[in-house]
Amino acid sequence: MPQMSPERAREYWRRNLSLMLKLLIVWFVVSFGCGIILVDELNQIRLGGYKLGFWFAQQGSIYVFVLLIFYYTRRMAALDREFGVEED
Amino acid sequence: MELQTLTYLVVGASFALYIGIAIWARAGSTRDFYVAGSGVHPVANGMATAADWMSAASFISMAGMIAFMGYGGSVFLMGWTGGFVILALLLAPYLRKYGKFTVPEFIGDRYYSRGARVVAVLCLIICSVTYVIGQMKGIGVAFSRFLEVDYSTGLLVGMCIVFFYAVLGGMKGITYTQIAQYCVLIFAYTIPAIFISLNLTNNPIPQLGLGSTLAGSDTLLLDKLDQVVTELGFREYTTDVRLSGLNMFAFTLSLMIGTAGLPHVIIRFFTVPRVRDARSSAGWALLFIAILYTTAPAVAGMARLNFMQTLEPSPGEHMVYEQRPQWFKNWEVTGLLGFEDKNEDGRVQYSADPEVNEMVTVDNDIMVLANPEIARLPNWVIALVAAGGLAAALSTAAGLLLAIASSISHDLLKGMIAPGITEKQELLASRVAMAVAIAGAGYLGFNPPGFAAGTVALAFGLAASSIFPALMMGIFSPRISREGAIAGMLAGIGVTLLYVFQHQGIMFIASTSFLGEMQPNWFFGIEPNAFGAVGAVINFSVAFAVSRITAPPPARVRELVEHIRVPVGAAAAHDH
Repeated sequence: MPQMSPERAREYWRRNLSLMLKLLIVWFVVSFGCGIILVDELNQIRLGGYKLGFWFAQQGSIYVFVLLIFYYTRRMAALDREFGVEED
Repeated sequence: MELQTLTYLVVGASFALYIGIAIWARAGSTRDFYVAGSGVHPVANGMATAADWMSAASFISMAGMIAFMGYGGSVFLMGWTGGFVILALLLAPYLRKYGKFTVPEFIGDRYYSRGARVVAVLCLIICSVTYVIGQMKGIGVAFSRFLEVDYSTGLLVGMCIVFFYAVLGGMKGITYTQIAQYCVLIFAYTIPAIFISLNLTNNPIPQLGLGSTLAGSDTLLLDKLDQVVTELGFREYTTDVRLSGLNMFAFTLSLMIGTAGLPHVIIRFFTVPRVRDARSSAGWALLFIAILYTTAPAVAGMARLNFMQTLEPSPGEHMVYEQRPQWFKNWEVTGLLGFEDKNEDGRVQYSADPEVNEMVTVDNDIMVLANPEIARLPNWVIALVAAGGLAAALSTAAGLLLAIASSISHDLLKGMIAPGITEKQELLASRVAMAVAIAGAGYLGFNPPGFAAGTVALAFGLAASSIFPALMMGIFSPRISREGAIAGMLAGIGVTLLYVFQHQGIMFIASTSFLGEMQPNWFFGIEPNAFGAVGAVINFSVAFAVSRITAPPPARVRELVEHIRVPVGAAAAHDH
């Protein structure tokens, strides 16, 4: 098992947290932001036959959630490789 | 072929399949039993998680609730999917790295306290039992409707099947049966939706159909729906807020973090080989779930439109009661649809105004089950929907029972009362615990104290206010002490239970009303089912405050927290 120095471990954790935070901001913006807080404003805009706020609440946020997790998985795998902590 | 015969055939064949798989994949060791030997492929695990996750509430109730709540129903869509993002980013990889069998085991080690482990077991049992009663009820209703037996017989048959394959197979058996159940339930859900979308909009993809124009006209489906419902005095479908924006915010948050805190979902991530697989299998799970969850709003909107147009084909022209369609009669028999001719003109007036409204009962739960009949789909589709509903209820019930059984045998018995027992004795204890849990949940299903409707949302609120904060602080905040964690869990779950019982009666007996009776007294207008979010805030605050004034965790706990943050070495940590 490869050992990381405490500095490397801290750096790995810091990078992990910063990725996590960015993705959680997106998560918050599409669901609570577009789907609830700004719903009335976005409903003035049309996306095909959907009012945009309604679309975010019932469709869009779910698509974004799926993409977020797969993006996170890929970025974390890359981070694990960079720091030499990936599993075989 | 007769609908009845066909239903027996389809449901019977699907059950034979599940039982066959359970026998094929039966568990030989505790590792097999609790975590399926930790060798499940992430895509397979994602599919099993999706089936485990999508309960009778997702399959049967959700589209019905959205159909009658409109935009307000979005809380279920965003809440029950958004939780997987939190699970994948904040919990699953770290808990997998830690590599134990149960959630209380992690809490007990991280908070270096048997007391914390006991409190976690208690919270877990309260959440899971609350949830499993709702599933038992769903199993009973679905069996009795489609096999035309009475409710108790239906429930008894369901209990026997759950018992057989959950007890025999453990996690390994459950994982592979759940994959089969996912396939059954997703076909059963999407096929009628595709037919209905084609009928109404000529678009075979329901997600696009909902945003299209109605077949043979330039009117958008959603515009038509808004118009039809507002004409009858209901609020506009696409903007109908559930109570208030703040309430919707709290409800969505409560369902999200409840999803991330429900033990039967978390233990699924202990079954994959690597930390990386725990991350991606959450993605796969959500992808499989999203297929149903993005179809549900289309089913909801289209069902509502079909329903309204059956009752009032054109403005002012009401359906003649004597000429009501067959599905209307079928559901009247169950008592879930009720008509009362108030003005005695022999026609059905449906309106938001209770003085005029003659549709005195319209149960949300009939929408998905009645949908194929309303849209006049072939009998095999209706039979398939029956099998799908049962698959959804059975898979979730089995997953929950496993979570309950493993925390009793592994955390209470092996971890505390009798640490010296052999693996064989532990397995036996787990199977006995599961049998007792099934009997208990079945008993409550036979004697529903009138609280089936609220139980599912409540289970999420309880998980959100107790287990989720303890896990999250355990991973991200090394400073939280055992006293802080215990006080936080007790305060969170205590406040949530108190708020719910206060407004809906102890164990819901005082009132069966979904909205509760005391709206003016609600805390910032937040409904009891949405209160888990507030409970979670209380849990976090109490835990931080108490940790500040108590001794910090010992050095080995700091090392444990450091250890779980790095993926490598999960296999080593896994050996018991």
